[in-house]
Amino acid sequence: MIWANVAIQGMLLGGLYALFATGLALVFGVMRMVNLAHGDLGILAAFVALFIIQTFGLPLLWASVVTIIIMFLVGYVLQRGLLNHTLGVDDTRPIVVTFGLSIIIQNALIMKFSADSQGLDAGKIENISVKITNQLSIGWFPLIVFVIAIVVIAALQFFLARAKLGRAFRATSDDREAAELMGINNKHIYSLAMAIALAIVAVAGILLAIRTTFDPTQGSFRLIYAFEAVIMGGMGSMWGTLLGGIVLGMSQTIGTQAFGAGWGLVVGHLVFLTVLAVRPSGFFAKTVTA
Amino acid sequence: MSTPDVTTPPEATPAFRIARSTRMHKYVLAVSVLIVVLLAAGPFILQFVNGVQPVSTMRNLVTLFTLLALAQMWNLLGGYAGLISVGQQAYIGLGAYGLWLLGDVLHLHPFVAVFAAGLLAVAVALPVAPLIFRLRGGYFAIGTWVIAEVVRLVVSNIQATGGGSGKTVISAARLPIDTRITGTYLLALFVAVGSILLVYFLLRSRLGLALTAIRDNDLAAQSSGVNVFRSKLLVWVIAAYGCGVVGAVVAMNLLRIQPTAAFTVNWTAYMMFIVVIGGFGTIEGPIIGAVIYFALLQSLSQYGTLYMLLLGIVAVIMVTVAPKGIWGYVAKRWNLHLFPVRRRLVLESPPPGEDTKPAESPDAAVAESA
Amino acid sequence: MSVVLELKDVDVFYGDFQALFNVSFEVEEGMTFAFIGANGGGKSTLLRTIAGLQRPSSGHVLFHGEPVDQFAAHKRVGMGIALVPEGRRVFPSLTVRENLIIGAYGGRKGDWNVESVVELFPLLKPLMKRQASSLSGGEQQALAIGRALMSNPELLLLDEVSLGLAPVVIKRIYEAMVLLVGSGHTILVVEQDVQHVLTVADYVACFLEGKISLEGKPSDLSSEAITAAYFGM
Repeated sequence: MIWANVAIQGMLLGGLYALFATGLALVFGVMRMVNLAHGDLGILAAFVALFIIQTFGLPLLWASVVTIIIMFLVGYVLQRGLLNHTLGVDDTRPIVVTFGLSIIIQNALIMKFSADSQGLDAGKIENISVKITNQLSIGWFPLIVFVIAIVVIAALQFFLARAKLGRAFRATSDDREAAELMGINNKHIYSLAMAIALAIVAVAGILLAIRTTFDPTQGSFRLIYAFEAVIMGGMGSMWGTLLGGIVLGMSQTIGTQAFGAGWGLVVGHLVFLTVLAVRPSGFFAKTVTA
Repeated sequence: MSTPDVTTPPEATPAFRIARSTRMHKYVLAVSVLIVVLLAAGPFILQFVNGVQPVSTMRNLVTLFTLLALAQMWNLLGGYAGLISVGQQAYIGLGAYGLWLLGDVLHLHPFVAVFAAGLLAVAVALPVAPLIFRLRGGYFAIGTWVIAEVVRLVVSNIQATGGGSGKTVISAARLPIDTRITGTYLLALFVAVGSILLVYFLLRSRLGLALTAIRDNDLAAQSSGVNVFRSKLLVWVIAAYGCGVVGAVVAMNLLRIQPTAAFTVNWTAYMMFIVVIGGFGTIEGPIIGAVIYFALLQSLSQYGTLYMLLLGIVAVIMVTVAPKGIWGYVAKRWNLHLFPVRRRLVLESPPPGEDTKPAESPDAAVAESA
Repeated sequence: MSVVLELKDVDVFYGDFQALFNVSFEVEEGMTFAFIGANGGGKSTLLRTIAGLQRPSSGHVLFHGEPVDQFAAHKRVGMGIALVPEGRRVFPSLTVRENLIIGAYGGRKGDWNVESVVELFPLLKPLMKRQASSLSGGEQQALAIGRALMSNPELLLLDEVSLGLAPVVIKRIYEAMVLLVGSGHTILVVEQDVQHVLTVADYVACFLEGKISLEGKPSDLSSEAITAAYFGM
């Protein structure tokens, strides 16, 4: 029964990975940009929430809401003020700038908060489990995270499919210039996409901070796992990203159970590399592998 | 490549040839050789004068030389082949571990092991290539990072390589201290100069021409008969080797190898920032960038985190404001190219109907490869 | 008749390459103005400049007497200028219906909506739920024109609508265009297919290497003159 437990844990962990991945995929889908600071921005959100709680004494839920709003605005300004200017020339500029951003965020966080591990306290809910059978129980919190992931992805899909703005996102993604001819302002759309992406990654960062400890250097790992989930899931598919996250999560937990803590992560990476080798466009590819 | 002398019927077009070097280049060459000789002989001269080796200066210069070599490698990948890698630390670290493996375990002389260690990096870089070449742009970058992560994790988990705490490079530590310090210094200098020469000759070759085409337009290059995959693979392997050798030199300088330090992504940060500040896609750029970076490192290194933060800010500003780097600005402003990689059109006789003296056109590069 | 569009001494560059040289002309309300000429003559650049995708390096584009050069393309849609770009450029991942709806995104109020567009192009009716990428060239062209109409433009710019289409399809497109011509829009048409466009145009200008080499009413111009101007003989 231990394997079933491990598999389910991995699946739920995948939900968290999918949350990190969704924003990355959204930004790439709309403006073909890979944000190397994506993971760090999620960690930044966790620190913002921590700061709000410590400084203003707000309860976690309210601090989270405020943080999400802040990160939404940060995303808009970041894209409009800086990142938009790096687009369109070649691939290298956004990579270098977002990598630079990653270094800036990590080191700024270390300077302000030190490199120590931190945690966000959500109270009892972190520890209670729901019992399925005599040998199988699932933690409430991981389950909640998984459900949130599904809700967020479903909401995003709905937005893209039905909302006027969502349609504009898709049109811009298809053909930027033709979208301009429809009255769609690219700069604004890009900025909104980044804003939404950062709002989502803020949720992911906060949930991560509750689930486990976090520190300023965690962002790089979050980025890598998010990336692996996106690639495995297939670019252009949000639900694929969820599946990719699940596969990654399960690979890691099963790997840990089978080979020990250090190797669990390696197994995850190896599964990713295998998928990349065998099915490079991912499980549900809609677009050609970029 | 030779400079062909092409003459056409005198009435039709003025005689011309395609040349690479100017008189200025010959001066640059002379000055460069002088600098290298001074750097190589310097410690010996100073030892003769002062009676003791300038050890700390030499160790510092090793840092400069290794940074310079790394920057050339990163630039080769990113600035010329269009492969922006954020995971070269994999090969740097592998080179470091390679030194230990070849020196301590296989008992090669450390100075030889340094060059063989690069092969360990190549051994990983080769099979990895067909996988990550499926990715493009930003996703390719992260892919290289994944590889670095995998290597780091594997090395950290294996007890034989010292696990998380690493190992001491005994074979190097056992060398007489003077030999080691001088040897490391000269090796580093050799690697730095070697990397510059390597990139220079590469660019002058057919591969260099192919790279320029690939950098400009992948698909067009492919349809012109350029074997894109092979060209990229070659550059990828060369860069991995170069990074590996540098990693080995660093390990010899520090005498310790340890996964976190060997495989830290900070290596990428240094390489990227040097190239960004100095000048992307040129040979001169990384040299300038390395010198500037090194100077900053000397004065600000005690500030650690703040230093990295400032570095990041400067890099972001540079890319947005001066994307071609300092050298890019200089080269454009004063039309200066120290390394004769470009091909120029030289008029042998005045064009018919004009009274002007024979002119050299500095800019009419047939292939823009700088 | 009021002047809807005026170009005054417009120069347009693509980097170092000059595509338009000192172009000037006027378009009156309700007029159908055709631009013909060989490839690379600058016709597409002209329409793109009017639509806002290119900026003139000197000279002005005046819409109802007011310069619009400072307005980005997405703003001009709201002013009543709509471009059907070269190559159709429908949104491949959107359905036909969604393509039409998005045409109205930044547009104005007016008579054109999904129903009236489908009336103009009945071939679109059974295709509403299909992804635009699966449409044939002619269907995509109809969709692209319909999409531009959804913004209820005053000035409609059509760039090479017959390019790459079968003669039968071109005929149908032009039948629809005749209806458009009669409905009060001011239309600028760029075409390589001289024969068809002269049947609907009130006025024609021929572009050669970025300059107007010939202009006038179709009835006033002989085919020899047009051929000469087209090829620069």
